[in-house]
Amino acid sequence: MTDTLMAARLLAAAPARLGGIWLRGAGPEREAALALLMAAFEGRAVRRVPVHIDEERLCGGLDVAASLAAGHRIEQTGLLQEAAGGLLVVPMAERMSALVAGRIAQAMDAGAGFALALIDDGGEDEGAPVSLTERVAFWCEGVGALVSANAPLAPFPSVPSPSTPPVGVAQDKLQPLAEVEGPSPTSANTSVDMLGTNEGGDFAPSLASLSLALGVDSARALLFAQTATRLHAEWHARDPGEEDLAFAARTILGPRATRIPQQADDQPAPPPEPENEPPPGDAESEQDHHDPDALDDLVLAAALASIPKDVLARIGEGRGARRASGAGGAGRKRASQLRGRPLGARPGLPRGGARLALIDTLRAAVPWQEIRRQQEAQDAPKRLRIRKGDLRIRRFEERAEALTIFAVDASGSSALARLAEAKGAVELMLAQSYVKRAQVALIAFRGTAAELLLPPTRSLTRAKKVLGELPGGGGTPLALGLAAASELAETQAARGRTPFVALLTDGKGNIDKHGQPGRAQAGEDALAAARRFAASGTQGVVIDISARPQPEAAAIAAAMRARYLALPRADARGVEQAVSALQFGKAS
Amino acid sequence: MAFPFSAIVGQDEMKRALLISAVDPRIGGVMVFGDRGTGKSTAARALSALLPPMLAIAGCRYNCAPEEADRCPDQCGSRKTAKVPVPFVDLPLGATEDRVLGALDLERALGRGEKAFEPGLLARAHRGYLYIDEINLLEDHLVDLLLDVAASGENLVEREGLSVRHPARFVLIGSGNPEEGELRPQLLDRFGLSVEVKTPQDIEQRIEIMRRCDAQERDAAAFAADWADADAKIVKRIARGKKALPTVGMPDSTLQDAASLCIAVGADGLRGELTLMRAARAYAALEGAKSAERKHLRAIAPMALRHRLRRDVLDETGSTARIDRALTELFG
Repeated sequence: MTDTLMAARLLAAAPARLGGIWLRGAGPEREAALALLMAAFEGRAVRRVPVHIDEERLCGGLDVAASLAAGHRIEQTGLLQEAAGGLLVVPMAERMSALVAGRIAQAMDAGAGFALALIDDGGEDEGAPVSLTERVAFWCEGVGALVSANAPLAPFPSVPSPSTPPVGVAQDKLQPLAEVEGPSPTSANTSVDMLGTNEGGDFAPSLASLSLALGVDSARALLFAQTATRLHAEWHARDPGEEDLAFAARTILGPRATRIPQQADDQPAPPPEPENEPPPGDAESEQDHHDPDALDDLVLAAALASIPKDVLARIGEGRGARRASGAGGAGRKRASQLRGRPLGARPGLPRGGARLALIDTLRAAVPWQEIRRQQEAQDAPKRLRIRKGDLRIRRFEERAEALTIFAVDASGSSALARLAEAKGAVELMLAQSYVKRAQVALIAFRGTAAELLLPPTRSLTRAKKVLGELPGGGGTPLALGLAAASELAETQAARGRTPFVALLTDGKGNIDKHGQPGRAQAGEDALAAARRFAASGTQGVVIDISARPQPEAAAIAAAMRARYLALPRADARGVEQAVSALQFGKAS
Repeated sequence: MAFPFSAIVGQDEMKRALLISAVDPRIGGVMVFGDRGTGKSTAARALSALLPPMLAIAGCRYNCAPEEADRCPDQCGSRKTAKVPVPFVDLPLGATEDRVLGALDLERALGRGEKAFEPGLLARAHRGYLYIDEINLLEDHLVDLLLDVAASGENLVEREGLSVRHPARFVLIGSGNPEEGELRPQLLDRFGLSVEVKTPQDIEQRIEIMRRCDAQERDAAAFAADWADADAKIVKRIARGKKALPTVGMPDSTLQDAASLCIAVGADGLRGELTLMRAARAYAALEGAKSAERKHLRAIAPMALRHRLRRDVLDETGSTARIDRALTELFG
């Protein structure tokens, strides 16, 4: 049975304690895991959450339309209450707004007791909201093919355990572990055995050192791993051993890794100190007492094998896990029914965050009062007669958030000092970004590639981390840098932001769009990329950072239809002021 | 069932800040910076569960204390009191202004033509805790509004033809991860204390976390009973501290220390000094001291000043390090 299926199975046994499962990527394995979950949760509530669900449906509340029709208060139950004790499936989790995610996270914290299945089709740049992925135990890839055809898809209860002890041990003792009626009595029984004999703490040191070595900071992950280890052992009707630890390492700790343990071949990462060993009083714990180093080695290897490749690559570059980002997701943008400059009211129902414009509603209802009163019976109560059609909601106009994209030439021809100034300018802009409601992104191009080093963010802390290790040197792939900047500008514009590109270069490209050296071809490609940039209509500025300004950069600026600034001796503050003046001077 | 406060492993600074705010809620809220899964909300919840039930007018929608019942907008008819648990309100990320402040009761307005006020989350949090996870992702205007109410202790609603004023005194606890967007400095400044939490980077403590959570999951009641004594001690400490607070002395030397510290680290405005003074006093009361001394000031200086330093973006040194440096230079 694959890990993903095993994870789904354990989740069905202890939904509230494991939180849920995050399934990334489409594939037969994901389908199988979902089918398994559906079958396991049969008889319990299973709900799907569409990404754009409104708050009333999610959390319950007053049903305005029905209340008006009935003339008294009608409540609707929210999806979150309905799903209690069951399964909540979130398709397209990568598109979920922070608002909806926050509500679900809050319900989970309050002990709603449902399992969450996050189905994530997002690629490397997008992902399910961090607030939810943090709260689900298993992070699984769903792309894997189903290798073993003999893995039965039957739900947890119907699959017999290897050894089936008789049923009927003290039920009350089962409660904390078994939690719901769902899991098989067989597995619950083994858990009782364990409760009695084994303090369950002997694998804790392994998990603790492993999570430290992998840089998994969250205590939640640690606790999930502990629970999963024990449940996995129960499933196999044995005491927790290295295979169970390895399972938790593969599905829970490994995917969350933010660093690769510094270890030689035979030197396990921070080995547990002798005093961390479990108290040796227990007779049972003696028999599966492994050499801690050997055990950790094996588990560590399992965890390392499970670190997703892209995360591995980023860790290698000292950039931490992909999910450390969080900012810049699709959800950050909010509907403008809540803030901004007021526009007029318009007909609509006050739900999904829209607020009732009371005066306008009354104004709409007043002319009809006489007629409506006549339509009703004589003894109808004296009250204002308001129909659904009278309701007006408020609208606000929100200014789109600005985004400054720095595209920085980090090649050898632009001296390293220039790079430092660009970094300083980014940091200075970020310090101002909160006031200006602006975000900043940074693309660096050097060698044979352009790279988005800092995705759009308002966080100075994060920027400092990334910029600290910005490398320099190599050729100048100007065309690639420009293309990356326009691409980012366009995707961000589609998300409702107003991008502004500041290109810091000397204009002397020598790497063409395919990453091949050659000054002539590179120059042509750069101009072509600049013209494409112009076609997108994005605003921008080219800042010539060479000591002696050359015509090349001006030509690029002309092709981009962007302003051209020669700042041969500009420091960080100068660059920042120039960009701010051009970007915000125009806007206001 | 809440996790017992005393069973929380490590996180001493956060626990201290929460206790200080329990002794003297006027200090202002506590801002907790840190990653997910570091026990921020667990600690806040645990503290509110720990506090003994408070006396309130029975059935009052505003949690009015008996002595302030005449200010209640509902005109509390009965004077019957009841013991209610200290409220802990978890503000959802997507909360609207209506939900927070309170709004016109739509049902009564539309159904019966009555103008009535439906209290919001601020009324529910009165005399308790308002916890906001990921406060840095909350709408700016909402944060403004919350801090305003938290500072004035009163919620004044003037909207939709309503004019309602009700007491809303609560301890605001915000949490957030600065890597996901920062808070405006003006807002940060209005939090009384701020702490940084990290998961313990030490195997011993991590194992202890697992052991305790495991024990709680197996038998919450027994676990709570195990820690009841330690919790009771904390309750006693808070009660003693609250009682002693008005009598704790504030010698001139401590005031001088506070002022020179603020000058040394370059804290903007006067809130730094005032918070230093109040927090030192509350901490001294908590410790059972007769007056607030330099050692109390030292203990609370990082949490009172950390978020008030003017940030030089081109300076890499963290705020905590700067305060520590100043403390060593000034007081040895």
